[in-house]
Amino acid sequence: MSASTLALIPCLPLLAALCTAGMRNGRRAAAVAIGALAMSALLALWALSQAWTGDAQVFPLADWLSVGGTRITFSLRLDALSALMASMVTFVGLLIFIFSTGYMAHDPRCARFFCYLSLFAAGMLGLVLSNNLLLLFMSWEIVGLASYLLIGFWFHKPSAAAAGKKAFIVTRLGDLGLLLGLLVAFTQTGTLELYAGGAGLLEKDPGTLVWGVGAAKLVSLLLFVGAAGKSGQVPLHVWLPDAMEGPTPVSALIHAATMVAAGVFLVARTFPLFEAGGTLPLVAWTGGVTALIAALIALGQFDIKRILAYSTVSQLGLMMVGLGAATTGAIGMYHLFTHAYFKALLFLGAGSISHGCHHEQDIRKMGGIARAMPVTTAAYLCGALALVAFPYTSGYFSKDAVLVAVYGADRPLFYLCAFSSLLTALYVTRQCVYVFAGAHRGAHAPHESPAVMTVPLVILAVFALGMGGLFGGALQAKLGAIHAAHPFPVIATSWAVALGGMLLGWVIYSGRDLRAPDPLALVPLQRKLWFDELYAATAGRLWSGLTALAVLLQEMVAALAELVQELAQATGQFFSRSVDGRLIDQLAVDGLARRFHEGGRAAVRFQSGFLPGYLRWVVLGTLLGGLFVHWLLT
Amino acid sequence: MHALLTLILSFAGALACGLMPAGRARQIRWVALAFASLGLLTALHCALRYGGSGVADEVDWPWIPSLGARLAFGYDGISLPLLLVTGLVAVCGVLFTWELKERANEFYAYYFALVGGVYGVFLSRDLFLLFVFYEIAVVPKYFLIAIWGGTRKDYAAMKLVLYSFAGSALVLLGLLGLYFGANASTFTLQELSQASLSAPLQYVVFPLLFVGFAVLAGMWPFHTWAPTGHVAAPTAASMLLAGVVMKLGAYGCLRVAIGLLPLGAKVWAPWVAALAVVNIVYGALVALRQTDFKFVIGYSSVSHMGFVLLGLATLTQTGLTGAVLQMFSHGVIGALLFALVGAVIYSRTHTRQLEEFHLLIARMPVIAWVFILAGLASMGLPGFSGFAAELHVLMGAWQSPWVSAGLVVLAGAGVVATFGYTLVKIHEAFFRPRVASGSSDKEGLYEPMTAAEIAGCALLLGSSLLVGLFPSLLTDKMQASLKLIVDRLNEAR
Repeated sequence: MSASTLALIPCLPLLAALCTAGMRNGRRAAAVAIGALAMSALLALWALSQAWTGDAQVFPLADWLSVGGTRITFSLRLDALSALMASMVTFVGLLIFIFSTGYMAHDPRCARFFCYLSLFAAGMLGLVLSNNLLLLFMSWEIVGLASYLLIGFWFHKPSAAAAGKKAFIVTRLGDLGLLLGLLVAFTQTGTLELYAGGAGLLEKDPGTLVWGVGAAKLVSLLLFVGAAGKSGQVPLHVWLPDAMEGPTPVSALIHAATMVAAGVFLVARTFPLFEAGGTLPLVAWTGGVTALIAALIALGQFDIKRILAYSTVSQLGLMMVGLGAATTGAIGMYHLFTHAYFKALLFLGAGSISHGCHHEQDIRKMGGIARAMPVTTAAYLCGALALVAFPYTSGYFSKDAVLVAVYGADRPLFYLCAFSSLLTALYVTRQCVYVFAGAHRGAHAPHESPAVMTVPLVILAVFALGMGGLFGGALQAKLGAIHAAHPFPVIATSWAVALGGMLLGWVIYSGRDLRAPDPLALVPLQRKLWFDELYAATAGRLWSGLTALAVLLQEMVAALAELVQELAQATGQFFSRSVDGRLIDQLAVDGLARRFHEGGRAAVRFQSGFLPGYLRWVVLGTLLGGLFVHWLLT
Repeated sequence: MHALLTLILSFAGALACGLMPAGRARQIRWVALAFASLGLLTALHCALRYGGSGVADEVDWPWIPSLGARLAFGYDGISLPLLLVTGLVAVCGVLFTWELKERANEFYAYYFALVGGVYGVFLSRDLFLLFVFYEIAVVPKYFLIAIWGGTRKDYAAMKLVLYSFAGSALVLLGLLGLYFGANASTFTLQELSQASLSAPLQYVVFPLLFVGFAVLAGMWPFHTWAPTGHVAAPTAASMLLAGVVMKLGAYGCLRVAIGLLPLGAKVWAPWVAALAVVNIVYGALVALRQTDFKFVIGYSSVSHMGFVLLGLATLTQTGLTGAVLQMFSHGVIGALLFALVGAVIYSRTHTRQLEEFHLLIARMPVIAWVFILAGLASMGLPGFSGFAAELHVLMGAWQSPWVSAGLVVLAGAGVVATFGYTLVKIHEAFFRPRVASGSSDKEGLYEPMTAAEIAGCALLLGSSLLVGLFPSLLTDKMQASLKLIVDRLNEAR
């Protein structure tokens, strides 16, 4: 595999984005986008086969620019991590693209939709394959842009336009961390290439101290801020649930399977820095707290997609735990892969359900879907089982790996994760009972979706159930996991929380009148623990205070400038009226005096003109300058 | 083609347009376009031909022997991007004022006089000559605003001219200091750069020159002329003001203040850096509070010029590269934003008040998307020139011993604030239903972009993309010229 072939993986979707930018025909645009991504997927599989058997390789592409004598070379890296990510992104992406042709068929801006989706795929693949932190950052930004455009795709909904804006700004806050991390890393090591035959960023010892903190610690902390923004870690998680305003395929692709996992991927990619900097416990605990808070909030939500969104936040937290508690990046990445499949499945399933229910998203107005949409229901339940980590589904294997790692590393965190897993089982069961069981509570009768939407669901369902058992071991080994013993308490806990949570949910919700208020949807949970309100009261107020201050300062500066101008005018007035007018008037003969007076008054008007003012400045300035220089030189 | 041709063509254009009868607006605009395009082609040709080091197209004639002032012209890697941006903006300014009818002959006479002055500054290799062109550029600005201007045009024109001249007065003082301090009876850059100036003299003269030039670059707190001037100016003039006139100041700071006074620069750089960061953050914050669309862009210019100043304050090769790159980048993007807001959108909505706009995205979709692209470029998204420029500036600032790390973090926060206000204002302008009642923004679709508008947008956006994707096209040409300045800074004790 050559550098240019590898570069084609992100470049094909980019070309598709450019081609579809001007198209109006939705079907043609979809064909172009799907064709390009399918070719990328084949190439990615080829790359995977190479990485699976061969060693990790670096492919230099081109020098992008030189900064103060150091050349910045863009290069790609092919190893198990990047090849697996690229394959996952292209494969899940392909299924979602196909699903979208059905879901977006009636949208007049369908072609534009596929343009943005392709742009996203290009950015994401660039991010994954990049061997240069700067190229990664640039792709990271393009992915963020695509996310902004896609969340706000239905901009005629004010909430969608606002959500896109919010997502872009909040993740950008995290990106500031990433950018600063990049600057520090570059200053410390003189390179932005991750691997370069021993001279790369991850291969060098960044050693020296910056502000009394180890460089590796500082860089990894800053990178983690970026990762937390993109991967929705508390407290930067607020944008992700709002992002559900976008079309459902977008939620599945970007806000469940791929983009939000970019933060996790970043930590895994730069794992040596985190290890050297000793920042892993922070990563783990941030993840643990995120997992718990998001699982709690999910219990209080009624929007089918929002429940899934908080579940995504929660699972991303678990991935961070998996990274932070282990000695390699393998376990967190393993959960990322299994999650990508089952969460994409759940979102597409939710899309299919709301498509069949005439765009209803409130689970209180659903019910009885099992009978009306059997295929969707079966597929969705597979995804739900994987999310709950029901024994021997893919989610079980990967979550178990996380729990094993954290059991050995940090016992309190283990209990925290176990509890949030219990909550996961509970809210998933709650959602499924609301959606599938009983009689339909909505106004319109639901109907099954077309095959173009259900076939991707079925394929994903197979992966959600089987991937862990089939490929799990090999996948972990390729990513560099060290085989760990399986302590009995962990296995027991895994089984207990999954089955116990489901049982608890069944006891509470089955046979209950679902029109009555929900016993678990407490007000704080419904209000998402007031995070948005908290930000409005603190950051929002600080922000508007700052702008008000800036405006006030602005007024003051303007007033000062005005004052100087007034003073200049007053001086001019004084000269023209008192000196010219009075003094010379008294000395000169009347007629001459009057003419002088008139001249003076004309000069008053002229003071607002430019030439005399200029001349005065020049003469004054030259005089002063001459004196000044004279004084300086003597 | 010789670089001096840009200058000659501009003044010839001024003469040609000025002599045509006022009623012939159609013919005049074609003549104007021809002269501007020839200028751009000349600049492009120079760029392609420039070898990467030294001064090209040097001309040196005696002028005022008693002072030692000479007619010395030429360009190097620092002038080059600025010549290009001047050419680009000059062409696009004509394109975006395609419909101008009122006193078109005079308008283009002043317009080209201004463009010529700007070319002159960038080409001068003699400080006295540079100062003369610097002053030539001021006069047409006044008339352009006072005659064809809009909101509070008299006030704005006067303010701009007063600020310009106040700055010039400081510059003149500084130049005299240089002249007598060097004691070599010369104004040429070449000779002055070799003269030894005592440290105390440099400490005193540097702020005079730097602040004097920086007034025109919009340095806080001498920036207030910029938003009012930009807003009042007719579109083509505000494009030139934001696009190139602000760069005159920054160019002067780099070429004269930093280039000739290394010791002074080192002493004052931390202060300049602090003010630059104030520019960045403050401009962004104030922009967020504006309700007039053109004022938003006006303050965004102030914020973006902060990056130029920060790049200058780093006194490192990387930072200075970033500063020059940002001059080009903001020149192109600032001009585009002003064109869109002042001409393309305003000519359709007849209002610039954001709260009067009603869901413009659905009613002028193409224009809205072009603006959003321009906004993304202005935010410094990768792929656009602003990203490469800000990256250089931030990297240079992080490495520079004269800029504290806290300032870099603040500047980074300024980048986020830029994101914030740009997205908020895009939202308010295009995605929001009308807030105010009694607006002149009527219902229904607006007419699509005209050919001239499309050409102008494509030219500006295309240049930003080209430089954003391949920044080394410009940066490689600058390195040798900037290295001379950086070496002098490093050698000065």
